[in-house]
Amino acid sequence: MNRIARFVFVDILKNSFVIIYAVILFLLSSSVLALEDNSSKGVLSMLNIILLIVPLVSIIFSTIYIYNSAEFVELLLSQPVKRTVIWRSLFYGLSLALSLAFVLGAGVSLILFVGDLLGLFLFFIGILLTLIFTSFALLCAVWAKDKAKGIGLSILVWLFFSLFYDGLLVFGMFQFSEYPLEKLMMVFTLLNPIDLSRILILLQLDVSALLGYTSAVFKEFLGSQLGIIISFVALVLWFVIPYFYSLYKFNRKDL
Amino acid sequence: MKLGILVLLLIPFGVRLNAITLTVGTDAQYKSIKSALQACNDNDTVVVGEGIYKEGNLIISKKIVFIGQPGAILDGESQYEILSIKSSNVVVKGFKLQNSGFSTLNDPGAIKVYDAHNVVVENNILENNFFGIYIQYGQNCVIKNNQIHSTGTEEQKIGNGIHCWKSDSLLIIGNEVSGHRDGIYFEFVSNSLVWRNKSKHNVRYGLHFMFSNSDSYIANQFIANGAGVAVMFSKGVRMYNNYFKENWGEAAYGILLKEISDSEILANTFDQNTAALYLEGASRMIIEKNSFVKNGWALKMQASCIDNKVSLNNFFSNTFDVSTNGTVVLNSFDQNYWDKYEGYDLNKDGVGDIPFHPLSLFCVLSERNPTMMFIFRSFIVDLLDKSEKLLPSITPMNFVDEKPMMKSYSL
Repeated sequence: MNRIARFVFVDILKNSFVIIYAVILFLLSSSVLALEDNSSKGVLSMLNIILLIVPLVSIIFSTIYIYNSAEFVELLLSQPVKRTVIWRSLFYGLSLALSLAFVLGAGVSLILFVGDLLGLFLFFIGILLTLIFTSFALLCAVWAKDKAKGIGLSILVWLFFSLFYDGLLVFGMFQFSEYPLEKLMMVFTLLNPIDLSRILILLQLDVSALLGYTSAVFKEFLGSQLGIIISFVALVLWFVIPYFYSLYKFNRKDL
Repeated sequence: MKLGILVLLLIPFGVRLNAITLTVGTDAQYKSIKSALQACNDNDTVVVGEGIYKEGNLIISKKIVFIGQPGAILDGESQYEILSIKSSNVVVKGFKLQNSGFSTLNDPGAIKVYDAHNVVVENNILENNFFGIYIQYGQNCVIKNNQIHSTGTEEQKIGNGIHCWKSDSLLIIGNEVSGHRDGIYFEFVSNSLVWRNKSKHNVRYGLHFMFSNSDSYIANQFIANGAGVAVMFSKGVRMYNNYFKENWGEAAYGILLKEISDSEILANTFDQNTAALYLEGASRMIIEKNSFVKNGWALKMQASCIDNKVSLNNFFSNTFDVSTNGTVVLNSFDQNYWDKYEGYDLNKDGVGDIPFHPLSLFCVLSERNPTMMFIFRSFIVDLLDKSEKLLPSITPMNFVDEKPMMKSYSL
């Protein structure tokens, strides 16, 4: 990690918001996991937290942070530092700080109360979602010059992946209910990191028996070792691609 | 004269006075069971001592009491039906029967009763047999306190634990069955009682009955069977105080009811089943005072069900309380406790003031279009369900409990 990344990282940790985020995550996760007598139910509540709160906080906080450090970035640009390095440092600093908050907040109770493979799954998916939505934030911030527009865009991205996308799918499912859609749904899962995470975890839980025929198709693919590897690779691509695209944009941006 | 009267008095008891006990064992009167069975007469007792007896198929064709002392093992060498009972009034007690033959042609069992009445099979241990206890054309038979275990994994290669066919007035009490295809299987069996049995880890159903009318199933436990309990094409069935637990899997049910009518399901507990109670073509059923806890679906009531009364039940922590596949509802829900009920009770009479609609929108949609399960547990599902609760538009309006209870029943 270079000095700029370290500076960003420390700067974010000084910001009380990340500490509050970690504390809230800790309170939520430990209460949900410790109070539920049925651990599978606790995991389901935990799943909701990870799928909703982690992306929301990651994307909004990162977007705002990048806009706020616009002057700092400009200052750095006047020095003999490459644009790539600056952008990379921002991404490293942000994702590291937010991941650390997640690990300390939710990760500890996940390892303590859930433990096995399932806890590990939730743990890594939480970190991956943090990275994914941080890189989305970079993309939003580089896209819109105006701060209000950028934050609006980032909220829209979050809403799209956690709500609208599923809404559109429901619409599509009813329009094309005559057709066998299960295989196609597999493709659509890979196209939304939140859905992909949700289904990956559901398949590890008992409730997957409720999914019926759909689950059989999913299990065949996502339940297998290859499927799990592919879906984790997909999740990795989900933060690599937006990040590099934002880098490409940043390098060409007229600041 | 006096002697004559005495003789006359003794005549009715004559046979009984002649009854003797034959013992079988290495240093007993008879060396083999077959010779003892040959030598005995009606009303005799055959006592078999300790040892492993590999004598092929043993046929009991006289009304005897057949007792095994501790350690008496009858082995079928994976070839024979072990014990064939072809006489009425036979008692079989205390044996261990193991390794019966396998054949799908004549279904050999460890103990098979052919066309007999008043047969008692009690306190036996059955291990690794194709069929356990098989009764055909039996009447007034008692199967009591037997331990029936096998280690089947494939449906085709394993028979049923207790299999009853074309029988009447059977008592099946206190048996434990595991590892068979169906734990207890009834076909054309009427007026029978199944009481305090434990049926668990069977490959297919814990209890399976078809065309069996007027039977009672009381205080049995059905745990972790491949597909739960199936009840088909019967009427006048009474199921009380049974315990259905952990029948979990893609095709598992607590109870699957198909084409069944005029029956009662009272005071049962359904714990952690995929679908606790699945009803198809069920009519005039009374479903009362049951506890549905932590099931995937508590009730799956297909539109082909009519005139069923679901009342005074507890619904706790089920993923879905009720689901159905149609819009017509001809069943009634009354005074149940639903843990998902969010209403209030102003007059404090214990009954919620606003009706409860147990059917969630997502349940209706996913029943119509199974692909919908794709968005199970997503944010949009919660939103859709909440909005449907406020303004019902898609869920059937009459699928409703007008008097939901504020507090759960202590059942």
